[in-house]
Amino acid sequence: MSNIKLDSKTPKGDLKNKWTDYRGSMNLVAPNNKRRIDVIVVGTGLAGASAAATLGELGYNVKAFTFHDSPRRAHSIAAQGGINAAKNYQNDGDSAYRLFYDTIKGGDYRSREANVHRLAEVSTSIIDQCVAQGVPFAREYGGLLANRSFGGVQVSRTFYARGQTGQQLLIGAYQALSRQISKGKVKMYNRHEMLDIVKIDGKARGIIARNLLTGKLEKHAAHCVVLATGGYGNVFYLSTNAMGSNVSAAWRSVRRGALMANPCFTQIHPTCIPVSGDYQSKLTLMSESLRNDGRVWVPNNIEDAKAIQQGKKKGIDIPEDQRDYYLERRYPAFGNLVPRDVASRAAKVACDEGKGVAPTGLAVFLDFASAIERYGKAEAYSSGIENPTTQKITELGQKVVENKYGNLFEMYEKITGENPYENPMKIYPAVHYTMGGLWVDYNLETNIPGLFALGEANFSDHGANRLGASALMQGLADGYFVLPYTIGQFLSNEIRTPQISTDAPEFNQVEKDVEDRISTLMGVKGGQTVESFHRRLGKIMWEYCGMSRNAEGLKKGRQLIRELRAEYYNDVFIPGEANEFNPELEKALRVADFLELGENMMVDALTRNESCGGHFREEFKSAEGEAQRNDADYTFVSAWEWDDNEPILHKEDLTFENVELKTRSYK
Amino acid sequence: MKLTLKVWRQKNGTSRGELHSYQVEANEHMSFLEMMDVLNEELISKKEDPIAFEHDCREGICGSCNMVINGRPHGPNQGTTTCQLHMRYFKDGDTIVVEPFKAKAFPIIKDLVVDRSGFDRIIQSGGYISVNTGGAPDGNAIPIEQEIAATAFDAAECIGCGACVAACPNGSAMLFTSAKVSHLGLLPQGEIEHEARVESMVDQMDKEGFGACSNTGACEVECPKGISIENIARMNRGYIASIFGSSK
Repeated sequence: MSNIKLDSKTPKGDLKNKWTDYRGSMNLVAPNNKRRIDVIVVGTGLAGASAAATLGELGYNVKAFTFHDSPRRAHSIAAQGGINAAKNYQNDGDSAYRLFYDTIKGGDYRSREANVHRLAEVSTSIIDQCVAQGVPFAREYGGLLANRSFGGVQVSRTFYARGQTGQQLLIGAYQALSRQISKGKVKMYNRHEMLDIVKIDGKARGIIARNLLTGKLEKHAAHCVVLATGGYGNVFYLSTNAMGSNVSAAWRSVRRGALMANPCFTQIHPTCIPVSGDYQSKLTLMSESLRNDGRVWVPNNIEDAKAIQQGKKKGIDIPEDQRDYYLERRYPAFGNLVPRDVASRAAKVACDEGKGVAPTGLAVFLDFASAIERYGKAEAYSSGIENPTTQKITELGQKVVENKYGNLFEMYEKITGENPYENPMKIYPAVHYTMGGLWVDYNLETNIPGLFALGEANFSDHGANRLGASALMQGLADGYFVLPYTIGQFLSNEIRTPQISTDAPEFNQVEKDVEDRISTLMGVKGGQTVESFHRRLGKIMWEYCGMSRNAEGLKKGRQLIRELRAEYYNDVFIPGEANEFNPELEKALRVADFLELGENMMVDALTRNESCGGHFREEFKSAEGEAQRNDADYTFVSAWEWDDNEPILHKEDLTFENVELKTRSYK
Repeated sequence: MKLTLKVWRQKNGTSRGELHSYQVEANEHMSFLEMMDVLNEELISKKEDPIAFEHDCREGICGSCNMVINGRPHGPNQGTTTCQLHMRYFKDGDTIVVEPFKAKAFPIIKDLVVDRSGFDRIIQSGGYISVNTGGAPDGNAIPIEQEIAATAFDAAECIGCGACVAACPNGSAMLFTSAKVSHLGLLPQGEIEHEARVESMVDQMDKEGFGACSNTGACEVECPKGISIENIARMNRGYIASIFGSSK
């Protein structure tokens, strides 16, 4: 077992002063030295683009990499709902402390206090910065910024840009990045995929990237490397992630000694459009906001569910007293607005009982009929219509619902071909976000000196469950306001280090490793497609490491993955050549990494003998079936050192000095 | 449903391309790209070269996908990207022609994949507001009229897919460029640099080899995000002002 000591490097002092004091006392790099320092940033989503732009503005020489054809395509662009910030513009009592507290509690007490508090503090600067860049946030009639409320909180602190907040924030960061590209401070490498990191004397000093157009491997050196490469939800094959989202940059770093923290903490979003067939390539999210007005239900008895599954009955054919509004029944206090993890598990329970409402048996209804009726009556009353007919009420109510959710209803109809105004929507949970990621300290530095990880790629802020509208906040906090400072802690000791040369033997060695990896895969020349393996891996992950897990299943899942991995290296077929534009090879390299990460997730879930947040172990639940945390034994971060035979667990104990650990209850 | 696909195949930017016919068995619930996946899986199983096409988010927001389907960028439906098009809009026995976004400034890389990096360079030439991180005033320091914010937003919805260029008989990038000019120029934060921005972005657009605008309006019809050609008028006003002296 190797000797790794995890030091979070959390500064001393009062929680609320830690960041300010630390910032005021940390080492700086003078402008004349910044000009001589090179930084590599991999990934150009919210975290990567904001970091690359800011580092360029500060004077560093930045090289930025994306596998996309343009930095603007990163998957941050697909975020719908909004971004949290403790502005307290609504005068409803919000504060940095309250945002901090909600995030810690929402994460089921499995994140680091100091990091989360810092996130809450800088959240307000993000909004200012984005407004200055021209992000068109929603506004009130008076011209000031508007807010809305999101799950798991009691204040309105979510800033939004229609249903495209991620798009608008990313375009803001992309434009800031473009400005630095035009000034020559950032050199942009589109269609380049990082396939390994290069360490010299233990420090991260560069990467090996594959030019995706030519297939050529390139060596790129720098004084340090920043990974902002997103999450690994696609290990499940079906997820709301974009097709290209992958774990490779992070996983390759793990293979070079970085630690993977809490990999089993994945977020399953309750309201997605259900799977319709084996050909399905990805899942589409329906915004959480729909649960404000939609009621979730399944039929009371299995016969009705069967009839619906076979297409003999529709949702509207089931009378009111034959429906089970199970969230309202089980959680009267929060009803349909329970947090994501709770809502997802409850849907699974209903479907496991055979009450699912799609041909696959895997869907529940999200019904707007009550809302339509309620809004219709109110509308009739305010327009002075006496004794309105049912038809009139429905007509008026549908109009209100259309104004609120029209674009989502349209999207649903485009995909399913069903009209959600007439028949209740069918929804099912889907993998959406990964709270786990590379282990980083307070400086966002991994255990490899000079290797930093930002945004969804790190594990740091969301614990075991992320609250809505917090992913955008974290990505931009890390990139605009945290890393540009904390990177100085490392780089201030590197001002005498001359430019790193790619002629160093370490670069040749790693390049050779990558070449070997590619030729091994190309050389298999078996009979099965990459996609078919990915699909099978996804099924194993979903079955044994999905919404609920148990020891037996996890052991079995691990075994199945190991077998699948062996089969992969025996029977995968990749068409084309390595030294050309070859999307199948790109995919093959990513799936190879997912096949290892998946095993790590199983092992992590098996080790964590408790239920917390997105991690629900069937053995650890209350008599009513609710998650049971074990604070005495599991208040720690699991940081895994990869080993092909048996991954090694390192623990970072979490200490809570400012909040009291409580059971999350939504009853 | 049984379909005949005629797909543009071209090995690389220098080789000649041509339409190849394929038979595909699809079902109506598939998205268009999932139907292409099915075809590719078949091709790979037969050890043939799969059709290269660009795609990523598959929910109509990243702007990656770019197919001309039966002569129309992103296919027959209004306000829809290729990835949002479903097979239920086609009939059993249909023949579907699939081509890349063709334009002088979008050189073909392979099959249906084209190089749209000219768009990035147009943005780099001035499609931003010159502010560094930090030091921004409070977000509420400058109130913005709701309607102005909404108009700026309509322009900011552009996903940079290039359908406007593919639809234009001249291969012009006026809709794309003017959308950015409008988004930023309408807001008080971006108004300051408006004229300089227009001038340099238009120059870059010309340098990239995008054609001129002849007001056919095809770009607006095919834009999956419904970006209006009013933006082009707004940009032209800014351009004239920047050439003949400030409008201020």
